[in-house]
Amino acid sequence: MKKLNISKTSRSNFITYGMVIVLAALMMILDGAGVLSSSMRGFLVPMCIYIIMAVSLNLVVGILGELSLGHAGFMCIGAYTSAVFSKCMVDTITFAPLRFTIAILIGAACAAVFGVLIGIPVLRLKGDYLAIVTLAFGEIIKNICNVINLGVDSAGMHISFDKASDLNLAEDGQIIIKGSQGISGTPKDSTFLVGVILVMITLVVILNLINSRTGRAIMSIRDNRIAAQSIGIDVTKYKLMVFTISAAFAGAAGALYAHNYATLTATGDKFNYNASIMILVYVVLGGIGNIRGSIIATIILYILPEKLRFLKDYRMLVYAIVLILVMLYNWSPKMQEYREVLRLKLKAKFGKLNKEESIT
Amino acid sequence: MSENMLEVTNLCISFGGLRAVDGLNMKIRKGQLYGLIGPNGAGKTTVFNMLTGVYKPTSGKIMLDGENITGKPSIAINRAGIARTFQNIRLFKNMSVLDNVKAGLHNHMKYTTIEGILRLPRYFKEEKRATEKAMELLKVFELDGEAQQLAANLPYGKQRKLEIARALATDPKLLLLDEPAAGMNPNETEELMQTIHFVRDSFKMTILLIEHDMKLVSGICEELTVLNFGQELAQGETSAVLNDPKVITAYLGE
Ligand SMILES: Nc1ncnc2c1ncn2[C@@H]1O[C@H](COP(=O)(O)OP(=O)(O)O)[C@@H](O)[C@H]1O
Ligand SMILES: [Mg+2]
Repeated sequence: MKKLNISKTSRSNFITYGMVIVLAALMMILDGAGVLSSSMRGFLVPMCIYIIMAVSLNLVVGILGELSLGHAGFMCIGAYTSAVFSKCMVDTITFAPLRFTIAILIGAACAAVFGVLIGIPVLRLKGDYLAIVTLAFGEIIKNICNVINLGVDSAGMHISFDKASDLNLAEDGQIIIKGSQGISGTPKDSTFLVGVILVMITLVVILNLINSRTGRAIMSIRDNRIAAQSIGIDVTKYKLMVFTISAAFAGAAGALYAHNYATLTATGDKFNYNASIMILVYVVLGGIGNIRGSIIATIILYILPEKLRFLKDYRMLVYAIVLILVMLYNWSPKMQEYREVLRLKLKAKFGKLNKEESIT
Repeated sequence: MSENMLEVTNLCISFGGLRAVDGLNMKIRKGQLYGLIGPNGAGKTTVFNMLTGVYKPTSGKIMLDGENITGKPSIAINRAGIARTFQNIRLFKNMSVLDNVKAGLHNHMKYTTIEGILRLPRYFKEEKRATEKAMELLKVFELDGEAQQLAANLPYGKQRKLEIARALATDPKLLLLDEPAAGMNPNETEELMQTIHFVRDSFKMTILLIEHDMKLVSGICEELTVLNFGQELAQGETSAVLNDPKVITAYLGE
């Protein structure tokens, strides 16, 4: 009985890993053969970024059961801090893989620190209140990044929230962040391979976490806080842990983002609530608490708007309709019933069929 | 330590103007099966909520096995040795039956989050041990066949049993059961009462049991406290209490 259980969840996890590896290998082969369009090639790294974002947000929304609308804020922190590091160190550490690894770790660590900082006051809130505060947090971060000026010279770091000229840099000084123009000249270290490695690390950490005593504690809090406390589970500790881990991965995704483009700014939709909600849409449509679903939903929904470009003005209309249909497919009781019937039929036909895991 | 597992002295709590529990005194000896009864709204569940740290008492003192646990948070109280079930079942519905019990074993599993993420040897060892322990507990309640099902899919009576199994998994000194037989038919109730008796004997547990129905408790409880409007109406050996005219009137007047 017990053996069966362990092998069942690990089998489901390995299907997820396998799916990612096969897809990644396929993309690399296609890319090597030169058959990928340039727009598709441009998608590869962002796809990894948003998969990491969706999977890490699913830990908060699906496993802990709290609504967070500020996930892009953590990504923003990771992007800026890692880019600052890389720009400062581009001449000091010339071995790019090492520099980028440190940059990713710094991005993750800084985002994690903010995860703790906003986690402590915010975890007393629940539901809508938590959602509103995290939303505000994301906006604040984005806006700060939009106005900050940062420079270094022989005297050290200079910060100004007004004009770059207020930095009063010495002759040898260098402007790192220039207000709304952001950071330019970050080394473009992000590659699809690094992205895939980060996705795999995210998956292993989060899936192993979910299938451990810690994961059970987190899910018990989601299902019934009072009962969880009654069996001695430290609710605050685990909530904070989830927030921190999730923020750290968003930070790493941010680092990947910052090193994928020559210029990093916080303007537009990249790090604001629109981005957070887009990631939430991936999570919800992929199935709350379903990690593999998040990956699939991200891939499909990220490519879809681009593939619909030929529809011109009707593009977003069709996109919205697809969202609604997927939602119905995933969540309507009738559809769930129908899928169950279909599954049993298939099972009868093809013998042993892998049973879908509810939480994997 | 002390001969009593639980000593409650002059326990009170008010909600606004309402004195929900008013000066309760109760002593439960180690290994005893003790009943807390009384009409609906008498304050029984409120007593449990104070004993387990869900509510902070307005005044009074709670001693568990010689340790003062008054006003401590739920987690600390569970670690001190009290586990409970809930009148309105509170299971982890989206988790398997097995995982519900393993969640109860949380503080007895000795591996860290990092060890779990890295899948170090201790993870496998402790998970295996926990699964075996949990299956043993499920067997006591004849739930081992449903171990892989979602808790939400269990029928009502089995959900109540699962809650007891989960509480026992925390290895408490004192087990609090809030109307464990509510919603069960007479056969199920009879069987459950035997299981509770068995748990007390084989786990050497002290059990405090709330029952709304007086007849049920007469079978298994050795001593009773009767609550009425938050106050103690009678206390003592089961048969004596049940024949007390005050108790009879309180129940008839309901
Ligand atoms: N959190 C609360 N706030 C206000 N009143 C409460 C609260 N909890 C319980 N009460 C009141 O305390 C009284 C006792 O309730 P309870 O302990 O649930 O009774 P029972 O003996 O049926 O378990 C009831 O009148 C109830 O309304
Ligand atoms: Mg009650």
